Amino acid sequence: MASDSDSDGGFVTFGTPLEPLEEDEPLRKPVPLHEQTVKDEKGRYQRFHGAFTGGFSAGYFNTVGTKEGWTPATFVSSRQQKAGRQNARPEDFMDEEDLGDHGIAPRQITTTADFASGRKDVIRDKARAITSLSAPIPGDTVLEDLVAPARSSMGVELLRKMGWKDGQGVGPRVKRRLCKQRADSATRAFGSASPPNGSSESQDEEDGEFLPENVTFAPKDVTPIDFTPKVDLHGLGYRGLNPLAALRGGPGAGHINLFTMDSDRTNSLFGEDRKGHRRRGGVAGQGFGVGAMEDDDEDIYHRDIMSNYDTVLGGEEPGDGLYGWTAPQQYNRTKKDHSKDAAYLGKILEGFTLASDKLETKTIFPPPNLPRDFRPVHYFRPVVDLSSVSPMVAQALQTSRGHMAQEEPSKGGRHQLDSAQRRELLGEATLQGPSSVFDLLKVEDRERLSGLRRPSSDTSSGPRQPTPGEARAAVVAAGVAAAAARASAQKALSSRFAPQAEQQQQEALSVWSGPTAQAQTGQTFKPFERTPHKQARYDLYIDQLKQGDRDALELSLDPTMTEWERGRERDEFVRAALLYKPSSSSLSCRFTRGKQDDGVEADTVEVTRDQENDVDDKQAAVKMKMFGKLTRDTFEWHPDNLLCKRFNIPDPYPGSGFVGMPKVKRDKFSVFNFLTVSESPTASASPAPQGVKPSEPGKRSRWDVSGQAGDKERKEKDPVSEFLSVARIEASGSGPEASTTDGPTTDPTVEPDTEQKDEEEEEEEEEESRPSMDLFKAIFVSSSDEKSSSSSEGESEEEEEEKEEGVRSKAGTGPQISNQLNVNTTQPAPPVSAIPSQHPDVVFKTPSGPAAVPPPRDQEMEEEEFGPRLPPPSSTLTVERRPSLTPSAKDDKHKKKCKEKHKAKKHGKNKKDKKQKKKHKRHKHKGKQKKSSRKEESSDSSSEGSDGNSQDDGEEGGGVSTEELLRRLKSIRGKNLQ
Amino acid sequence: MSFPQPKPEVPQLPQNLLRTIDCQQGAVRAVRFNADGNYLLSCGSDKSLKLWSVSRGTLLKTYSGHGYEVLDADGSYDNSQLCSCSSDKTVILWDVATGQVTRKLRGHAGKVNCVQFNEEATVILSGSIDGTVRCWDTRSRKFDPIQILDEAQDGVSSLKVSEHELLTGSVDGRVRRYDLRMGQLHVDFINSPITCVCFSADGQCTLTSSLDSTVRLLDKSTGEMLGEYTGHKMKGYKLDCCLSSKDTHVLSCSEDGHVYCWDLVEGSLMLKLPVGKAVVQSLSFHPSETRLLTAMEGRVQVWGAEPEETEEDVVVVQQEKA
Repeated sequence: MASDSDSDGGFVTFGTPLEPLEEDEPLRKPVPLHEQTVKDEKGRYQRFHGAFTGGFSAGYFNTVGTKEGWTPATFVSSRQQKAGRQNARPEDFMDEEDLGDHGIAPRQITTTADFASGRKDVIRDKARAITSLSAPIPGDTVLEDLVAPARSSMGVELLRKMGWKDGQGVGPRVKRRLCKQRADSATRAFGSASPPNGSSESQDEEDGEFLPENVTFAPKDVTPIDFTPKVDLHGLGYRGLNPLAALRGGPGAGHINLFTMDSDRTNSLFGEDRKGHRRRGGVAGQGFGVGAMEDDDEDIYHRDIMSNYDTVLGGEEPGDGLYGWTAPQQYNRTKKDHSKDAAYLGKILEGFTLASDKLETKTIFPPPNLPRDFRPVHYFRPVVDLSSVSPMVAQALQTSRGHMAQEEPSKGGRHQLDSAQRRELLGEATLQGPSSVFDLLKVEDRERLSGLRRPSSDTSSGPRQPTPGEARAAVVAAGVAAAAARASAQKALSSRFAPQAEQQQQEALSVWSGPTAQAQTGQTFKPFERTPHKQARYDLYIDQLKQGDRDALELSLDPTMTEWERGRERDEFVRAALLYKPSSSSLSCRFTRGKQDDGVEADTVEVTRDQENDVDDKQAAVKMKMFGKLTRDTFEWHPDNLLCKRFNIPDPYPGSGFVGMPKVKRDKFSVFNFLTVSESPTASASPAPQGVKPSEPGKRSRWDVSGQAGDKERKEKDPVSEFLSVARIEASGSGPEASTTDGPTTDPTVEPDTEQKDEEEEEEEEEESRPSMDLFKAIFVSSSDEKSSSSSEGESEEEEEEKEEGVRSKAGTGPQISNQLNVNTTQPAPPVSAIPSQHPDVVFKTPSGPAAVPPPRDQEMEEEEFGPRLPPPSSTLTVERRPSLTPSAKDDKHKKKCKEKHKAKKHGKNKKDKKQKKKHKRHKHKGKQKKSSRKEESSDSSSEGSDGNSQDDGEEGGGVSTEELLRRLKSIRGKNLQ
Repeated sequence: MSFPQPKPEVPQLPQNLLRTIDCQQGAVRAVRFNADGNYLLSCGSDKSLKLWSVSRGTLLKTYSGHGYEVLDADGSYDNSQLCSCSSDKTVILWDVATGQVTRKLRGHAGKVNCVQFNEEATVILSGSIDGTVRCWDTRSRKFDPIQILDEAQDGVSSLKVSEHELLTGSVDGRVRRYDLRMGQLHVDFINSPITCVCFSADGQCTLTSSLDSTVRLLDKSTGEMLGEYTGHKMKGYKLDCCLSSKDTHVLSCSEDGHVYCWDLVEGSLMLKLPVGKAVVQSLSFHPSETRLLTAMEGRVQVWGAEPEETEEDVVVVQQEKA
């Protein structure tokens, strides 16, 4: 191909070649990126725009030719070349780049059409059209354009020499008639569309009228049979849009025939050539308007008409000329049909022939004979529901219809029978059991119920003593009933009713207008479900009963009914209302509701109740060490979707909209839930001192018994749950105690640090005896009072304590406690002294330096804690065990506690000792309690059982004679519990 | 086989004191190995969390930012992050290298007893005395927990995470196992406040220690008790228990200053390790080797199967500390 390099002609060189490396040349610095620019051969920068934005920029940043603007053209006088170039060619505006090899108008040497293959080659065009059809892009002949045969074949040359012309068939020339017939069919075949083969033939045809007889014509060209296999996915005969035909425009292009049979297809192959005569230059066709060179009468606003389309595949009839005419073709079977036609007497319509086979006559049967007494009238019998109508009416209706009563059961079906009826029908003996629920009740209960049923005005509610709420409801209902009775007596509307019926009515009213009945709506039993009208009336009646309407019955009855019917219905309604009265009024206390009807709240109640029930079994199982099924519960639990994602786990419940457990209430930790939990006798939250100790509930009883006046703040140290349970026991959820759950946690924190020690001592001392309820109240109702009192106590601590002791022993917390106290006094000193050891740390060391590791807030914080405690910080333990400690341990402690304070170490220790002694003196008997309570403070002090624990721990902490102490304590405690 | 089976090696017990680290951060509330066992974390009651090298006993980093004593800590699998929980009701996510607080997660209503990363450190799970376990997302910037597990009726004292399970022990005496894959919650009733729960290394058993001074080995799938280990004293304090790295022994802290070590199968007491006079509060077993950490008061002690260091080293270390 074209090339610009001399040496190797087949290659095209792009870009600038690298300069050959010289031997001694030092390595050049790489060109920085911003200097790597592209320049054209004139040295102008070429800025690359990117493949989709137009390649290299032109001009000066795509604007003007140069930085200075357009270079002005130098004036050239055109006087001499006026007649010269008049019209500018595109090449005039191109520069050398455009005309170059890779420009838009490359200048290269090509073979022109004149030299291509002699003359205009129809064969080649034909082949080209065929290939265009089978080409990958229909209508485009890419390969054909690239590979161009330089010359036509030798055969064609020979044919031409023999006089063959392009477009003619090969063969002997034919007479005109044959030719004409063929042309005829051709014109017919194309219908209204302009004949595509309008070339030589049609022209010949047109003036063929005037041609002499002896003129022969060349045979029609035989079109090559298209053997191209069908590889596309088009329908049969569909050839797609030929861009050559579609874009060419012209009058014939109005309708593009997309469907061709093979013959048509080959026809259309020549279409472009044949139409070529008519083609005018320029753009034509619909949408372009009428050009100056076009005829005005051309249909520019193209309307497609259906006759352009073939209605039949193939289109071309075999030559009979009867397009669409489907009548029998007489001329096709002229010979044999004539005999038949002659046999038929009469005129045969034009275009019709006699039928070859006769139609069978349809046999018509006569209608059946009617009986003589048949009357063509249908009588619709009224459907009577016996339950909705009184028996007399029903009977009357039945007799009027001529039916007897035995038909009724079969009509209603066996489902409408009750058990007694079925029993009778089957002839079974009656069952021996009680016939009604009331038989199961005790006599007094029955009386009570009957009393409830006959609330004779005001006196009825007397004997009945159910739950208070029920009683209240009954009283209210009775009052309403009394008023109702009076009113209805005045009205005397239903004078014909017995007073008993009246009473029943009032009773129903009282029952249904009660508050419990108001609560449950929508779940009333529908006794008259079979007769919607009646049920609607009954519903109305019930609604009005609920609203306390006195004459609900009268209002709800159908006024159009007879008095007698209304009376029946009245009775029924009252009876039904009494029968299906809201169960909560009398019996509901004995039954729990179904689970399905319960809301979310009830669900959670269920769950907790289950767990509580199970706990006993579980405890027993744990006692027997039978872990496994007995102690395991498995629940459905929905993890959050995001959590599953984070754990790389598919969501087990992909569709579920909630997380957590389905049945557990959200606000599980509301005060009241908490109360119920802590109330459970298992007290699982508390660390049971002796493992599974059966005396847990006993402890509670001691709680209550020991509630005496003497003790005050010990209760601060109590865990919240304990307090709550006590508060709940005392005042069933109504008092301020229930709401002040935060009390115990907040209170201690506001205590001043300096008084903390004193308070703690007091608390410790009061640990043993249980406080009274008013003390709880006193503390939790107002914390400020408590604070002030405690501060005052700080000064007069000892006196108060003495007093308290006295009070306590007097108030009779029991001899056990005093006994216990005595025991405490008899305890050896070391544990006692060990206990307060932390306080000296706090009290004495805090001022002296940063060594106090546990901040004073320690105790406050830990008071609110639950669960197992944390061991005390090391210092206390070391001090506790001081007698047995090695010097190194002491050093340890001191290193830790008072790093900078080496000098004061000994001093502090002495002080501590003194302090301890002093304390010991002061609260001889309280040492143990102090110890335990301090432990509680220091760690968690929350749970109920921790009291016992703390004592035990205290014993352990004592280090000396712990075993004996423990034993003694336990015996004391056991006594206490009893 | 022609060759006789090699005798199974007698499992070693960490009975030799390798070194003592005086952490100088108050009482050490918890001591934990990191994921590979080369480092240890000590949670101090002076609000600090410290990172130590186990082999040398040197202090590597101190993480301060808690408002109250640190109760538990855990390291991520890649040692890049730490999480710790504290009595100040917060959970803190730390960057190990810088010691900065990556995230401070508030939401618990009470002190947070236990904290754990999940396997990929994408979630922090924390159990608090408010009875909830909160699942914190470390990937997002949200400060709300992904999910709050409030099934416990009392404080959650201990918590462990496995690949798809979450084991919590609560003071209400129940061990809860949340199976995320199955979407189920299994509750085992123990009847005594749980102080510590563990998974066994094979993932088939759970170990629970409770305040009735008993450590129980429960079958994970059925809840049946496989072993019961007693003898130690755990009545009031929240002490740890653990399994040895190869599930051969059960170890538990005790309030009498010892670490008790039982044979897992036989339940017999194999070792009563005298740690000190006070309560052994926390212990942690090396993930692969026979090495044990115990925390008592302000000291952390490292125990190994055989003595590998001389006493002088320990002394030197202590003097350095001092």
